[in-house]
Amino acid sequence: MLMNLIYRNSFRHKLRTILTVVGLAVAVMAFGLIRTVVDAWHAGVEAAAPDRLITRSSISITFTLPLSYKEQIEKIDGIKAVTYANWFGGTYVDASNFFAQFAVEKGNYFKVFPEFIISPEVMDAFNSNIKAVIVGQKLADRFGWKVGDRVTLIGTIFPGNWDFDVVGIYKGKDQTIDESTWFMRWEYIDETMKEQMPGRAGEVGWYGLQLADPSKAAEVSAAVDARFKNSSAETLTETEKAFQMSFVAMSGAILVLLTVMSWLIIGVILMVLVNTMAMTARERTSEYAFMKSMGFQGYHLWGMITGEAIVISLTGGLLGLALLAAIVNVLKAGLSAWFPVFKIQPLTWILVVALAIIIGLIASAFPVIKAMRMRIVDGLRVVD
Amino acid sequence: MIPASYTFRNVTKHKVTSTLTIFGVGLVVFVFTAVLMLAHGLFATLVATGSDDNVVIIRKASQSEVTSIIMREQADIVSTFPEIKLGQDNKPLFTNELYVLISLVKRDDDGSSNVTVRGVTEKSMEMRPDIKILEGRMYQPGTAEIIAGKSISNRFKGCKVGEQVRFGSRDWTVVGVFDAAGSAFDSEIWGDIEQMMDAFRRPVYSSLTMKLNDPASLAAVTSRIEGDLRLQLEAKPEKEYYAAQSTATTQFIMIVGVAICIIFSFGAIVGAMITMYAAVANRTKEIGTLRSLGFSRLAILRTFLFESFVISLAGGIIGLAGASFLRFVEVSTVNFNTFSELAFNFRLNGPTIISAIVFAVVMGFLGGFLPAVRASRLKIVDSLRAT
Repeated sequence: MLMNLIYRNSFRHKLRTILTVVGLAVAVMAFGLIRTVVDAWHAGVEAAAPDRLITRSSISITFTLPLSYKEQIEKIDGIKAVTYANWFGGTYVDASNFFAQFAVEKGNYFKVFPEFIISPEVMDAFNSNIKAVIVGQKLADRFGWKVGDRVTLIGTIFPGNWDFDVVGIYKGKDQTIDESTWFMRWEYIDETMKEQMPGRAGEVGWYGLQLADPSKAAEVSAAVDARFKNSSAETLTETEKAFQMSFVAMSGAILVLLTVMSWLIIGVILMVLVNTMAMTARERTSEYAFMKSMGFQGYHLWGMITGEAIVISLTGGLLGLALLAAIVNVLKAGLSAWFPVFKIQPLTWILVVALAIIIGLIASAFPVIKAMRMRIVDGLRVVD
Repeated sequence: MIPASYTFRNVTKHKVTSTLTIFGVGLVVFVFTAVLMLAHGLFATLVATGSDDNVVIIRKASQSEVTSIIMREQADIVSTFPEIKLGQDNKPLFTNELYVLISLVKRDDDGSSNVTVRGVTEKSMEMRPDIKILEGRMYQPGTAEIIAGKSISNRFKGCKVGEQVRFGSRDWTVVGVFDAAGSAFDSEIWGDIEQMMDAFRRPVYSSLTMKLNDPASLAAVTSRIEGDLRLQLEAKPEKEYYAAQSTATTQFIMIVGVAICIIFSFGAIVGAMITMYAAVANRTKEIGTLRSLGFSRLAILRTFLFESFVISLAGGIIGLAGASFLRFVEVSTVNFNTFSELAFNFRLNGPTIISAIVFAVVMGFLGGFLPAVRASRLKIVDSLRAT
């Protein structure tokens, strides 16, 4: 009976309920969108493999290491494979067309990073052409590149115009893998540098190390760094997760601000619902008194008012999640330059439902207390 | 015309509802203002960096000092340009600098970030008159002494006067802290360029800066550089160069921030609508009375719109006042253009204040319009009969 009453009450004042639900839905969508943006920032951390270490210069990632370290790292105990890469940092037509470009060791790189799915034919084409490039599906879609296209980048770190042949398009092994990266041959940079700036040949941005036993990560990291201590290029080795996390941490302040903003939105939702419930309760004061006089208890009133608040907030929350799913799908393509992986995390769904219930409870607390404390005579005397 | 005091009494009569709506609008305006202040603060920090008559020269197409490389021979050619102003000692106001990023550990959470280290010459300070030593003294050329910008000094380990910090296989002693008047230089560490080039094993410069005799001679410098095939460099006014370094991050803040604010403002509009519809419903009889007294439909419409305007304006002012306290908050993040740590403040300026108030009023108008129309359309007989 109570359920029926709650339901009827919720939609008694149709316009107000609809407005409240729409308001909540839109705010929930904003909340979810911010969370999705923050989560997208952590995509690299999520995708990091537990059995990989990254070795870079101890000064900062912008400093390089000599190629000769590869052989020396391979000899260290507990290392299964070593590969290397460089950040290319080229510009495609305009600086605003940013995307990640890695110059990688042919063959070996994709063995250490097997999450990029590349067919054997594409692999052969990549290994046999120094100007070869393999691009992610999303990147290819963004610029309309097809296999066989010739693409020119302007180097920001390595001067000049660079021509490339698109030999293949890769996909990620699952949804968490970035499909908007550009993989080119490391030798292409190196050969060009040997001719133009011999001082800059043989330089590696970072080494990717595959461990034989992931539980030995700490020992192996220490051994690698000890090997190059006091050399001309000291190293810093950390797990791939820590390496990715250090990039996220650098934008920490912006992420904190976004998170604060998302919680302020919850504040707005709360205020809208408190407003609605306060108005509803004020209009129904005499009705509550009447129910009390008929023998309804305090908990009946509580159930009725709170139930109504929760019905409204849950409806708004679920509608908001539906809107969120729709908008994330729309934005995915537009934001791929910044966020290669952009999807709603399960925690967001759970959080929204839990928050809807909590907000319903809080928003109805004030009217409930008022209704329960009210003396029947006073309530019946109210004329609106 | 219904007197304005009628509106004010109505707003104060329903305390809970009015307050909630005002705070709802206030919160949205707060966030909106904060986003604009953040974007403006970042932009202003970078634009404030540099003097009008300074020109920065970097390698063609390198876009920033991080990726720029300039050979000593190229620097020598540029240093003889006749457009360069002479200093008090009759030497040209020209400096070649090294720009590198090092990873330093933060004081508060042990996280690390990329900090800019600038290898400078004796002219660097003279060419940027806004920079003052705040504490300690200038570094001694030829030694492993450094001075740190005030934003770096507080936030990174080993960067206070008297402390030591290790990078480039060497221990450096911080002998001074400098204040660069809220510009990007506040987020840098400075030391002797020769020492830095040696420590980082970089035999090349990152950028050249010159002070012009006359700001108008920029065109002459640009064409001279383009005409010399040995150079492959590009020259930009210092201010323009730094302003360009803010594009990616500012763009990100604006897109995400404004998108969220627009979505967000729906919540506030709906809140205002609920309040105004309830106001109309509660006052049906009153409206009938006003109409029968001879007030026109337009007067009723105007009065309800005005009520919603008062509520949203109050919310806007509260939100703006709250956001103005953010000016004391310093934010530091990595600038996406240079990949280096940059500290900046939320900044409030005229356009931001106007935008925030306009935003609040528009929300009030949108929220109040439909309820006001309903109020003005009520029939006198029906409304007088309402309970």
